[in-house]
Amino acid sequence: MPYEAFKDNEYIEKLVKELKDNGTNVIVGSLDKLINWGRSNSLWPLTFATSCCGIEFVSLGAARFDMARFGWEVARASPRQADFIMVAGTIVNRMAPVLRRLYDQLAEPKYVIACGSCAISGGPFRKSYHVAKGIEDIVPVDVYVPGCPPRPEAMIYGIMQLSRKIKVEKFFGGVNRQEKQREFLESHPISEVED
Amino acid sequence: MANFQEKIAKLFPEATFEGEETVMISIPDVKWHDLALALRDDEDCLMDYLVTIVGMDWTDQLGCIYYLMSSKYNTMIGVKVTTTDRERPMLHSVADVWKVACLFEREVYDFFGIIFIGNPDMRRLFLSIDWKGYPLRKDYAEQNEVSVENERQSDMTDTYIELPDGKVEKKEVAIFEPGEFVVNIGPQHPATHGVLRFRTAVDGEEIKKIDVYMGYIHRGIEKLCEDLTYPQCLPFMDRMDYFSAHNYHHGLCIAIEKAAGIQISRRAEVIRVMMDELSRIASHCLFIGTYCMDLGATTMLFYTLRVREQILDIMEKTCGARMTFNYDCIGGVMQDLAPDFQKDVKALLEILPKNIKEYNKIFTGNVIAKNRMEGVGYLSREDAISYAVTGPSGRASNWACDMRKLRPYSIYPELDFEEVTATEGDSMARFKVRMREMEESAKILAQLVDNIPEGEYCVKVPKVLKLPVGRWFTVVEGCRGAFGVYIESDGSTKPYRLKLAPPCLPLAGVVDHITRGSKIADLITIGGSLDYIVPDMDR
Repeated sequence: MPYEAFKDNEYIEKLVKELKDNGTNVIVGSLDKLINWGRSNSLWPLTFATSCCGIEFVSLGAARFDMARFGWEVARASPRQADFIMVAGTIVNRMAPVLRRLYDQLAEPKYVIACGSCAISGGPFRKSYHVAKGIEDIVPVDVYVPGCPPRPEAMIYGIMQLSRKIKVEKFFGGVNRQEKQREFLESHPISEVED
Repeated sequence: MANFQEKIAKLFPEATFEGEETVMISIPDVKWHDLALALRDDEDCLMDYLVTIVGMDWTDQLGCIYYLMSSKYNTMIGVKVTTTDRERPMLHSVADVWKVACLFEREVYDFFGIIFIGNPDMRRLFLSIDWKGYPLRKDYAEQNEVSVENERQSDMTDTYIELPDGKVEKKEVAIFEPGEFVVNIGPQHPATHGVLRFRTAVDGEEIKKIDVYMGYIHRGIEKLCEDLTYPQCLPFMDRMDYFSAHNYHHGLCIAIEKAAGIQISRRAEVIRVMMDELSRIASHCLFIGTYCMDLGATTMLFYTLRVREQILDIMEKTCGARMTFNYDCIGGVMQDLAPDFQKDVKALLEILPKNIKEYNKIFTGNVIAKNRMEGVGYLSREDAISYAVTGPSGRASNWACDMRKLRPYSIYPELDFEEVTATEGDSMARFKVRMREMEESAKILAQLVDNIPEGEYCVKVPKVLKLPVGRWFTVVEGCRGAFGVYIESDGSTKPYRLKLAPPCLPLAGVVDHITRGSKIADLITIGGSLDYIVPDMDR
């Protein structure tokens, strides 16, 4: 997909500028590039679906939309093997701790895509007594994909945005996104689980 | 019908009768259990199928409306039981009369706080133990925050027993026996088809008991609808069982149109039925794909999704969406058919038999598939009725429960199609029934595709729709079974109570019974063959 075809390039440009301002060592920078090239082209999603959006995610895996073209087809059932969660569907009160635990179990570096209006804001169920108003209070979100449910094309676009984001990240040294994640986790703590 | 009314009136002089189409019996709580037994066992009634329990809050009293059907006589009645106590409301349980009642009563307890005396498992169903208040009561105002802390869980459950002197005693019972080895399956598990959780007690590889734990996608649709006007309630139907979006829309539209006295055009009826049948094919296609994938045949998913995508294309051209169509509206359908609708449907009908033949060739006769499915998860006819397992799963146990035949609606009485049943009652039968239902749906489509009458696709309805005071109950056939809609109106533009009785809740309720004694690997086969949709059971 050509660069101009993406809609929100300002965000990526800002990210790149921030990185450039700090300056990068040639060797580290080249290594970063190589690693990020690999990471961004083999994103493994977690098989996670709570409702309607999950079915569109199934269509995404089938022959017509075929996410294997981009290297995302290795959907893992265990969070320990996955790179990102595609939160496809509504998150309700009872599910919120489970989602948080899944996120905590993902191996670093990890990413979250909020897929569909329910995951973004609660969507049509926003006024309900048992629905979380968006997942951003539960886990830090990288990409939002609007729609109810989003078309598979929109989902492809969303994951492509995530790969672009990964491509400009610094893997060695200060990783800008990971800083934000630490801030988030500090401001949204969970107490020790007794087991 | 009148015959049994007289009989009931003689046996229970306290009972009062109202209503014409569906008789509503009101009975004091103390006599309810006896009446329930009489209704089930009396030869003139044989009400062996409990369709749903509608919990109600009329502000001055709390109560339940039970809808019952007879599998033999095909009659339907309602029974109303009420209590005026709001602090500690109690009714007698009928969990020993109809097995599915145990689950339905837990749902009512969860939403209204009505305690059922004699129910063996009086826990909350969808909400956590620490939930404050009962959300579907009219005076519910509590705030329950979203928390990321793990919710408190208990291995104990309550049961309320009535002592001979009339006092009610609370007793704590353990869900699992001491020393039982309990394995947790779900909510994040690829084979539970959504976020459903099974707490499974196993002995070696054998399943001893399953405690189904739901509510991971309970969105409170019924309460949301109470604050919305009737047309605004419709979009939620897409988001319950997202495979039967058209069928569910159809159900709610019929209920509202019946109440408002709206007569829709024949063109709209034909379009609605065609869309219902198209979504049935699409739904069964996805069922076959995911089910085979659960059993290890991943390739089938790609074959079946090919047909599904073709159907979604047809719908997209007309409705403008791939999944949440919001197409049926009060008075007809949202917009007219796309110009090449007929051509597309004909193309589909042409390739469908070839595809079904191909599925059978690849999978059904396969020796591994046979070994894994035949004789696994047997459900008898009596249990299917008692557990209210409707739809293809019930028909595989030889219970003719197709609502298109039993309680004909729309133009189904004019159509020539067969009700597919099987006698085996195992996973293979449930799979084959769905295969054959696709052929029957294609038969219906073939009858209609060249006979779409001209006319308006949507009749004029008042901009502000008010329903008269009253209550209506409609049952339609979704892709997974009987979908009931109960509307109670107080004469305003909003429903006083909208109860949606989904087919998938009883399907999850039967898992414990059906899996007892089988191997843990069969749980995937059995669960897959029941084909429940979790957002549908949780609502």
